[in-house]
This record gives sequence, C-alpha cells and structure tokens, in this order.
Amino acid sequence: MTSTVDEPPKVDPHIAPQADHADQTQTLIGHIAQLRAWLFLGALIIIFEIWSRLSFGGTFVLSPFNWQSIAIFAVAPLLLAIGQTFVIISGGIDLSMGFIMGLAAVVAAHMTNLAGLYMPLPFAMLFGILVAVLVATIPGMINGLLISRLKVPPFIGTLGMFGVARGTAFLLAGGTTVPVKNEYFAMLGNGRILGIPYLVLVTAVFVLVMHYILSQTRFGQHNYAIGANAQAARRAGIDIKGHILKLYVLSSVCAGLGGALYAARFTAGAAQAGEPLLLDCVAAVVIGGASLFGGSGSILGTVAGALVIAVIQYGLVFLDVEPFWQFIAVGVVIIISVLIDQAQRRFSGAKQDE
Amino acid sequence: MNSQTPLLEVRNLSRHFGAVKALENCSLVVHPGEVVALAGDNGAGKTTMIKAISGVYAPTSGEILIEGKPVSFSSPQDAREKGIETIYQDLALADNLTIGGNIFLGREPMRKAFGFLPVIDRKAMAEAARQTMALLDFHVKRLDAPVSNFSGGQRQAVAIGRAVYWNARILIMDEPTAALGVPEQRKVVALIKSLKAQGRGVVFISHNLQDIFAVSDRIVVLRRGIVAGERNINETTHDEVVKLMIGG
Repeated sequence: MTSTVDEPPKVDPHIAPQADHADQTQTLIGHIAQLRAWLFLGALIIIFEIWSRLSFGGTFVLSPFNWQSIAIFAVAPLLLAIGQTFVIISGGIDLSMGFIMGLAAVVAAHMTNLAGLYMPLPFAMLFGILVAVLVATIPGMINGLLISRLKVPPFIGTLGMFGVARGTAFLLAGGTTVPVKNEYFAMLGNGRILGIPYLVLVTAVFVLVMHYILSQTRFGQHNYAIGANAQAARRAGIDIKGHILKLYVLSSVCAGLGGALYAARFTAGAAQAGEPLLLDCVAAVVIGGASLFGGSGSILGTVAGALVIAVIQYGLVFLDVEPFWQFIAVGVVIIISVLIDQAQRRFSGAKQDE
Repeated sequence: MNSQTPLLEVRNLSRHFGAVKALENCSLVVHPGEVVALAGDNGAGKTTMIKAISGVYAPTSGEILIEGKPVSFSSPQDAREKGIETIYQDLALADNLTIGGNIFLGREPMRKAFGFLPVIDRKAMAEAARQTMALLDFHVKRLDAPVSNFSGGQRQAVAIGRAVYWNARILIMDEPTAALGVPEQRKVVALIKSLKAQGRGVVFISHNLQDIFAVSDRIVVLRRGIVAGERNINETTHDEVVKLMIGG
C-alpha cells in the first residue's frame, strides 16, 4: 500500500522541468543509434578507400563499377531484409524466408519456361515472376495462420516452414538447378538503363513502396504498436490476427520477388538460392537499427544495413582478403550494432526509473 | 445532483463463475461530475465489477444503464463506443509511439499527400494531442517524442487523454496511482478532479484511502461479492471505511 505525506498538496500541474536536459541527451543518443548503420557505412567506405589506395594505389569508392557490383550484390539480401524488417518490428522473426526465396526461384524458372511455349517471351517472363510470387505467399500464409491462430511461436513456426519450403524447392527442382530459356528474363537480370541495372531499379521502387507502407500507413503504424505492446494494440481495437497474417504474407512476397530476381540474374532457378541469405537479412535489419525485441526499426535503416554487409563482402574480395574474413567482419559489426542498441536501451530505462 | 438521470447505473448485478459468486446483487450509481471510489479487500469483487461495466464479462444477471437506457456490451470495444473507457493499471500504451500515435491508435486520421497518396496525418494527430493534453492542464513540449520518454504520471495522463479525446463520458480507472511516486500520485489526483469538472463520471478503484478521500464524492465498499456499504465521503471516516472493508 502506498501512502502520501501530509504536507499540503500544492500540485504543479505542468510537466516536470527536470526532464528537459536528459531529454536532449537522450534524443542525441537516439539519433546516433538510428543513424548507426549509415555511420558504419561511411566509416567502412573511408577505411576501404584508404586501404585500396595504400595497397593498390587505386580508388575503391570512385569506381562506378564497384558500386554497380555492390548494388547487384545487395539486391537479394535487401529484399529479404525488407520483409524481415516488418516482421522483426512486430516482435516476430521469419526464418523461412531464405528457402521461400529458393522455392520462388525454382518456380519462376519452371513457369517462365512453361509459359514461353504458349505466349510471347516478355509475357512469359511476367507470368513466371507473378506465379513465383503467388506461390511464395502460400508458405507465408501458413506461417501467418500458425502464428496468429494457433499461437505457434514465430521462431518455431517459421523454422518448420524453413524445412518444408526447402524440401519442396529441391523436389520441384529435381535436386538440381533449373535453367531458364528466355532472353527477356536474362535481360531483366543483367541489363541496365543509364548504367543502372534493372534489378537495382526494380528493387529501389519496391523499397520505396515498402518504406511508404511502413512509415505512412495504418498497417505500418499498427506494426510498431504491436511490436511495442500487443495488448495495448488489441485494446485499441486493432485486428492483431489479421495483421500478423498479412505480415507473414508480406515477408513471403519479399522473398518471392527476391527469388524471381535471383532466377533472372543467374538465368536459372536454384533451391539453395537464399540459403546463405537468412542470416545476412537478419543482420541487415539489426545493423539497420531494429531491435529483436520488436517495436523499432526502419526501412531506410535496413537499406543501410544491407549496404554495410554488401560493402564488407564485396570490399574484402576487392581488396583480395581471404573470404573467411567476411564472416568475421559482418559478425563484429552485428555485435557492435547490438551493443549500441543495448546502451541506448539502458540509458532510456535508467531515465524512466528516476 | 441526485435528481438528474445518472450517467451510469448498475442494478443488482451478479456474476458467478461456476459455484463462485464473485459478485452478488451489487448496485452502483454514477452521476455526471461525480467520482465514485470502489473499495474493498483483495477478492472483494472490485475487478469483477469493473470488468462487467467495461464489457469484459457479461453479467450473470442484473442490468447496466447508461443515461437511463439499458445497455449490454458484447466486448470492451462495444463498451467504449457507448462511452465507457477503462484505464488499465498497466497503462496499455505503445511506448514507441507519440502521444498522438497513442490517442489515435487504431483510428489514425489520414490525409492525401500530393493529392492522391493516403498517408497518416501526423500533424493533425500532434495538434489533437496538444489540445487534449492542454485540456487536462498538462503541457507537453515534445509531441514528436515517444511516450517511453515520459514519467509514469505523464503516461497515465496520456491514457486519460485518449479517453477524453474520444469523448468517454464514464472513465473507469483501476488503481491509477498504484505504480506511481508521491508527486505523480498528486498529479493523477489533479487529473481526476479536472475530469470531474468537465462533467464526466469516474469510477475509481484504489487501495489508497488517502487518494480516495482526496477525490471521491462517494465510496462504495465491496466485501466478498456484496456491497458492504456506501457512504458520502464527507460523512465518513477512514476508520469506518476500513471496518466496512474487513467486516466488523
């Protein structure tokens, strides 16, 4: 039981002035934490530039070829990471994305080939991509139903789907890769306009649309609310089950598009297309400033996170470093990133306890 | 004041859970501008009572009337639409959203950007938040900050602000001061007084007799599921209320 003291209660109804200074410091730390992926990116580029000039006497950052390669390199992990951003902000995780991507790549290859027999090749390509994305939504829908209706924890539900999608993709591919015979598909994967690869263009448009959805629509706003306090969101009348279903369908659409674009880039569908990307995409989201506890994160942060990983991976190859160092470098960046997040959390927590 | 139609009237409400009579023939009346405290020991039926009023439980028997009209609630959502808002002890705020984001959660206003693209109207949300909080005599400088930056009492004010904005006529507050420090408790007491001045009805559960005596007009004491007594606050004493609570 609490009890008040007996002095006359002259209440100051205004906001307590003590908060102001601490507020500013916290805001500054908050901004730095939010921008950390871009700061990492800047620091990395500077390090690689110096390194490149010292060891080769050539530039790293001023070469358009490098940037094209990095951008193409970043496309698939970024697409997965975009879907993962939505899921992680809501407090969940989608482990099945990598193999949903593989499944979609195989379906895109098969369907483009099949449709090519009956319709002009450009339409066959669009048909193949469309069917691949649609097929990808099936495991997404099952994920969403398992998690929202049957209360399966996201980690377990999507881990199960990881296996199911993986097996299905290999079965559909007959255990091998499926080559695509369609020159328009190959052009989508390797052509460019004004020096910008089509793949990068398509991804950029998709990223903008997703940024809009997360930051400007009710769906996005509710996603943040659910991640912070699902109980509060439910009491506010938000249809949480419906939201979660849409969420996992959305992440599978991202994976589906990633798979289709992978098939275009390599003019072949492979079940293992997204296998190494699962960790990369979670890493991109975390480096981009999201918390695995849910409630925070942004698309722009994730873009920076994906670029950080791509720059590390491409840059180390460019600088002729043994490839195993890539894992170490990405791992270190993830850990530093989470440490910054924790520090910020501790700081704001301490302030609340005052 | 008692000649008016009551804002909220609960008549002979019972709620049984199997053989357990959590609430038996309890009645409660709240007039406009009146603060009624619901007191009682743990397990006395306070929570069952507010859950029935806020639409969480359907009563086993008995009636609930709002402004003289019988109502029944299918859900808390339904109760809220009929003007009864419950402020839960654990606050039910999304910490990462702004005050406006919390007030409008689930009902965000939209505008058209560039004439065609629907986007959340954050400016309207911030402006409504500022006005609502000013109505509660609570002046916030940083409307763009997430509510996690605010103290317990300030967050309580945000929860109350949400109810006020959506025009709740009856606010039910479950232990609004329990988790707060002393200055914050006073702040909440001041908030309840301003709700009262606006002619809203407040039902407020508390263990803290100090707070009950500071803001309530009447106190209804429950004991083991029945109304053990009802007193006007200026005609009773701490001792009498405690006796009613523990049975003497």
